[in-house]
Amino acid sequence: MRQSIIQWFKFGSPQSFYPLAGRMIPWFWAAAIAFGIAGLWISFFVAPTDAQQGEGYRIIFVHVPASWMSMFLYLIMAFWAGLGLALNTRVSGMMAQAIAPTGALMALLSLWTGALWGKPMWGAWWVWDARLTSELILFFLYLGFMALQAAIDDPRRADKAGAILALVGVVNIPIIYFSVKWWNTLHQGSTINMNKAPSMAHTMLWGMLLMALCFWMYSIAVALTRVRAIILERERHTEWVKHAVA
Amino acid sequence: MNSFLATVRRDLLLAMRRKSEVLTAVFFFVIVTSLFPLGIGPEPALLRKIAPGILWVAALLATLLGLPRLFAADHVDGTLEQMALSPSPLGLLVAGKILAHWLLCGLPLVLLAPVLGVQFDLDASALGILMLALLLGTPLLSLIGAIGAALTLGVRGGGVLLALLVLPLYIPALIFGAGAVEAHIAGLGAGGHLSLLAAMLALAVFFAPWATTAALRVALE
Repeated sequence: MRQSIIQWFKFGSPQSFYPLAGRMIPWFWAAAIAFGIAGLWISFFVAPTDAQQGEGYRIIFVHVPASWMSMFLYLIMAFWAGLGLALNTRVSGMMAQAIAPTGALMALLSLWTGALWGKPMWGAWWVWDARLTSELILFFLYLGFMALQAAIDDPRRADKAGAILALVGVVNIPIIYFSVKWWNTLHQGSTINMNKAPSMAHTMLWGMLLMALCFWMYSIAVALTRVRAIILERERHTEWVKHAVA
Repeated sequence: MNSFLATVRRDLLLAMRRKSEVLTAVFFFVIVTSLFPLGIGPEPALLRKIAPGILWVAALLATLLGLPRLFAADHVDGTLEQMALSPSPLGLLVAGKILAHWLLCGLPLVLLAPVLGVQFDLDASALGILMLALLLGTPLLSLIGAIGAALTLGVRGGGVLLALLVLPLYIPALIFGAGAVEAHIAGLGAGGHLSLLAAMLALAVFFAPWATTAALRVALE
């Protein structure tokens, strides 16, 4: 037990995490490509055409995983940020910083594909539905986190300030979500109810799950690649980086 | 408790010596709300409908204007470091500064809101609900905003960044604050909205000074 704890903390140091991340990245890329091919094959060739929505529904195979990832990634980012704040491990802050752009990308992708889906289905690019609105706010929270980290020159202070912001955001996300939901029901602006979706065919569900796994693997691979770049940038004064880059 | 009251008194006294800073935010609130009818048109039914939203958004922005000043001057002249070193807990002093900020930037908005609401043709009972909602909501804005102010202390482009950080977090206050007045006008009763605002205020009173203190310690390192 004692041994394993020491092992884990070893990877809290950038020097030992850098090669570990390098070894893991190809595996996650391979898994992402494998899941992606399987998921896309099912979603384009196996899943049946939807009775009500036609072929246009197939965008959900990208849209739903992107929305899931945007929410998961914020939680994971906040987890690393909190860990960094509590244990003062340097890699944690770097992980949080590395995850943020991918999370923002997923939120944007979710909004974008949602608009593309909404136009043929609802006849509008955007409705003030509770889910759309809270996804938009989540996107703003990612942007705020990234802007704060970018504005602070000292990386240690940037990590800690970003961590506090991420944790404040995590506390607020459920409050924001429910307030937007109640706001939406009070106004009853849109007559569309997304909760009444017809039960899905099994193949559709499989396609969506495989695509979600693909997005997970992609996000991990990209975050690890980015964290390696951050490590090199921040540790450029050290001997081991000079050896690693030379 | 003495240090808390002393901090409040000190910040109020400093603000009294430099009145223009406080008054700017108040006049901003008045001017912004008066611009909307000019842009939208003077039709009373429409104005009555949009009044709660406009007054609340203007209150958010007016509170935001005063936030960068919350810690900046004390940071520059070193007072903040002395506060961090003093024997009384920093959280208490921070809470005092936030209360002073609300008294200067939030309370005037609550008192002015009925006058501006009359411009929008709101009736007396709606004005009462608007005041009550602002009375519960503006301290919430000061508390959440203080976290942002502490995080952006001494940071490049702090003012704009502060808006980017804080405005998404203001959304629940905006929804329930404006929603209370709208629900009252629609005849649904504002009780639920006001209770939720009060609940969020209670949460923020507990957590926000603590988070602000943590952010200040990061900035002072």
